[in-house]
Amino acid sequence: MAECHPVGFQWVSEAKARGAKIIHVDPRFTRTSAIADLHVPLRMGTDIAFLGGLIRYVLENDLYFKEYVVAYTNAAALVSEEFADAEDLGGLFSGFDPENNTYDESTWQYEPEEPPHSGSDDPAGAAEQDELEDHPEIRKTDKAQAAGSGGPPIAAKPKRDETLQHPRTVFQVLKRHFARYTPEMVAEVCGVEPEAFLQVARWVTENSGRDRTTAWVYSVGWTQHSVGAQYIRTCSILQTLLGNIGRPGGGILALRGHASIQGSTDVPTLYNLLPGYLPMPHAKQHESLDDYCADAAGKAGFWGNKRAYMVSLLKAWWGDAATAENDYAFDHMPRIDGDHSSYQQIKDMIEGKISGYFLVGENPTVGHPNGRMNRFGLANLDWLVVRDLQLIESATFWNESPEIETGELAPETIATEVFFMPAASHAEKEGTFTQTQRLLQWRHKAVDPPGDAKSDLWFFFHLGRILRERLAGSTDPRDRPLLDLTWDYPVHGPDQEPSAEDVLREINGVGPDGRAVSGYLELKDDGSTSCGCWIYSGVYADEVNQSARRRPGREQGQVASEWGWAWPYNRRVLYNRASADPDGKPWSERKKYVWWDEEAGRWTGVDTPDFEATKRPDYVPPEGARAQDAIGGSDPFIMQGDGKAWLYAPAGVVDGPLPTHYEPAESVVENALYKQQANPTIEHINGPWNRENPSLSPVFPFQVTTYRLTEHHTAGGMSRTLPYLSELQPEFFVEVSPELAALRGLVNGEFATLVSTRTAIEAKVLVTERMRPIRLRSGQVVHQIGMPYHWSYSGISTGDSANDLLGIVLDPNTHIQEDKVSTADIRPGRRPRGPELLEFVEGYRRRAGVESGRVGVNGREPVAAEAGEGSQQ
Amino acid sequence: MKTWLDAWPVFRQLTGPDPLGRGAAARSKATEGVVSRTATADRVVQSVCPYCAVGCGQRIYVKDEQIVQIEGDPDSPISRGRLCPKGSASKSLVTSPTRVTKVRYRRPYGTEWEDLDLDTAMHMIADRVLEARRKGWQDENDGKRVNRTMGLASLGGATLDNEENYLMKKLYSAMGAIQIENQARI
Repeated sequence: MAECHPVGFQWVSEAKARGAKIIHVDPRFTRTSAIADLHVPLRMGTDIAFLGGLIRYVLENDLYFKEYVVAYTNAAALVSEEFADAEDLGGLFSGFDPENNTYDESTWQYEPEEPPHSGSDDPAGAAEQDELEDHPEIRKTDKAQAAGSGGPPIAAKPKRDETLQHPRTVFQVLKRHFARYTPEMVAEVCGVEPEAFLQVARWVTENSGRDRTTAWVYSVGWTQHSVGAQYIRTCSILQTLLGNIGRPGGGILALRGHASIQGSTDVPTLYNLLPGYLPMPHAKQHESLDDYCADAAGKAGFWGNKRAYMVSLLKAWWGDAATAENDYAFDHMPRIDGDHSSYQQIKDMIEGKISGYFLVGENPTVGHPNGRMNRFGLANLDWLVVRDLQLIESATFWNESPEIETGELAPETIATEVFFMPAASHAEKEGTFTQTQRLLQWRHKAVDPPGDAKSDLWFFFHLGRILRERLAGSTDPRDRPLLDLTWDYPVHGPDQEPSAEDVLREINGVGPDGRAVSGYLELKDDGSTSCGCWIYSGVYADEVNQSARRRPGREQGQVASEWGWAWPYNRRVLYNRASADPDGKPWSERKKYVWWDEEAGRWTGVDTPDFEATKRPDYVPPEGARAQDAIGGSDPFIMQGDGKAWLYAPAGVVDGPLPTHYEPAESVVENALYKQQANPTIEHINGPWNRENPSLSPVFPFQVTTYRLTEHHTAGGMSRTLPYLSELQPEFFVEVSPELAALRGLVNGEFATLVSTRTAIEAKVLVTERMRPIRLRSGQVVHQIGMPYHWSYSGISTGDSANDLLGIVLDPNTHIQEDKVSTADIRPGRRPRGPELLEFVEGYRRRAGVESGRVGVNGREPVAAEAGEGSQQ
Repeated sequence: MKTWLDAWPVFRQLTGPDPLGRGAAARSKATEGVVSRTATADRVVQSVCPYCAVGCGQRIYVKDEQIVQIEGDPDSPISRGRLCPKGSASKSLVTSPTRVTKVRYRRPYGTEWEDLDLDTAMHMIADRVLEARRKGWQDENDGKRVNRTMGLASLGGATLDNEENYLMKKLYSAMGAIQIENQARI
């Protein structure tokens, strides 16, 4: 955090100054470790075992927050008799389908209190929806997100045992699942000594409960794994058991790495989502608007209003053309029916299935793993549009990439037409960024962009305008969605720039009176309201741009509610009703945050309550209640269908209802906990350009991780091009321990070559005790190599690209790649040049027993690529 | 003599209240005349740092329609005026001499960049979008209605404004393009 979010880290330093203990769990020693009270180096890729060990410690020693756990979680729910745990099946849960490498979740369900679906308004619809979601293709598409932010539907209320003693309660299932994650097992798997582990366990548990809270902070060090979603789940379980969610000083904080990466998830340019985490309609599941809303029809929680959110979105996009008669133009939405995510697209490009590609402020040939595969993708397009500030590597691949030198690419063979369209910088346009805590902050424009440089708002507005002009008068039904689109944004100035405030107001939503709505509670499903992103509704309340509010922090309290605007409803801590006990009283004076004011008959506190303002803590939903009315007064998790935090996920996580330690796809260690080595549901993309290093191979004996430096930014387009930053970190280097340096003859300050089945790269060697070999109980020593991934051949500071070394294997929940741990060999000296490099890497493949990585012209022939989704290695 | 000696920084450092020579002792007539760019700017605009997602406040100082300085905004309750090395370098990001400000075009099998007029480029891109959309169009797939094109794809961007991402998703969806992705996947 001190390295990559340094200004945010000032608050950690403040906490430390007030007596907080800072623990840093990281394979590397960094600036964060230097400030921390305790640095715990662990073997990369073993965090589930470490966190699982903490969960076991909490459960075995009765250190969980009992009142919180019983009242606010699903701990008391009974799991079906058919469920079998990974503990009993060698690392697989019940329901595994070895043919598709997917799970059927039906055995993971709760034991129902009454006959199934009795609590649903539309039992048949919900049941059908349930069944459809178990279709293998829908599971592969993104079942977790297909359910939207409300989580997957729960068919019926579970039986409960509030004593938590029944052997099939979630609580007891959890206890058994983690029973073997002992301090000794943590030592064996993670290489963390029991003393260090117990120190962490004591500090975390002593600092949780009524009077105290502990926060966890993570970044892509947790998400970029083949079990990334489960890493976060493990921490969620721990924090929930300790009562650290929805309370001040608690939570799990995802530190995101780009100015508006949170915003581009909320208002997504993602294939499987529409704004506000509404799922993209699926061809097999959502043939009509009714199908689309079926899973929410009988649902408790705010997700029960899905139809209002969706109809309002359709009205925002298609205006008067969206009517009750035509399902509000629901069929204007294209449908998805598989994994259409970024890496599948690259494979499709190499296979010639995609003609054109827009790169908008992104540099995948450096920032994505397996740069070579990415470049082959670009070389097989008909056209490519790159919008950026500088001539980034993804724009110059056709004449400057490493494959030009090896002879695998040549400008004369590449048909891709490239348009480089200069972009405006953050200072040359206005608009909002959403930072890492869901806070929208408006930027005012300082100056006009230079020359042809234009904002992306300008580019896409005018592209849309030209397309609509071209198609005007068309009678082809395919063109209706474009022609019916609301696209009449007023433009201003000599550049004809659309107004970002007009767009923000459309995102906020407008009511039947033509005025901006004050929030999503005003949205209707009858077509009388429009709203571009329901969770952002309220950012333009009272016709005021709330994101532009800038009352200085020093004039406000600790929550600073009048700086910018956070979704939803300017709530700064999510689920903050959990900061009070079931009766609505603060758990303690010290941790007072939001509470029930009996006299006033409403919730109050230092933040906006994340709960209906006047719903009493003793409210019990009447029979047949739906949406928010079905959430009880003591159920803080209002987006969940049952209002509870889930210690166990009966549905929605495709690789298991509980997190389980699996070794990374490329590991040098055998799984000490289960026969199953790696996540059985990993998504593979096979082709000569994406070979995988076999696990436990002596040819690739070392573990590698990648990371950022304080002085550079992601793929380098915004930092390697700047003189000050290039001077601060002038060249690509790798960090190795003195032990590994001795083992391989590496010399500090000289070159080393790293090799994988993808390629070989060279870097200067930094021999440092910041990298520590991990000694496992078995006596095995695991050497770990660290590589910053900012470099490539362009800019002021240049070098080989760390990401070229990595392959692409994906977490099946998120389709995010396992970047944070892979294997490689390292040897002293520079890498071979030109065609010799290809022979050198091919030799490694042969020795490791891996198929050839040879390719023909532009990466295509001679080996035909094949879909390898879910196939086993 | 006294005046001459007083003008000598070493003398002032040794005899005055600034023995470390980091304040008054180091000042000269020339430094007295120096005024910071932030003091002479025509206007100051409140902005947000474009690098990571902490969202530090920035103040952008403009003189003669040029950005002359970017500093941390002390009003921000998030950053309290601080910026990291990258945020502090953002003036050189926006004023970089290697920034490309003209459209560049590379024709199929071409070996050089060429010039292209912005308006021409926009129309050429529109032509190609319509053609790719047509080529990759599917009314149905696997017996189900899909109303989409697989002919084009998009990636980015996590440094774009919400308003920009919104227009992108809206336009692409209306075109029938579904292969829309973002750094948020990565």
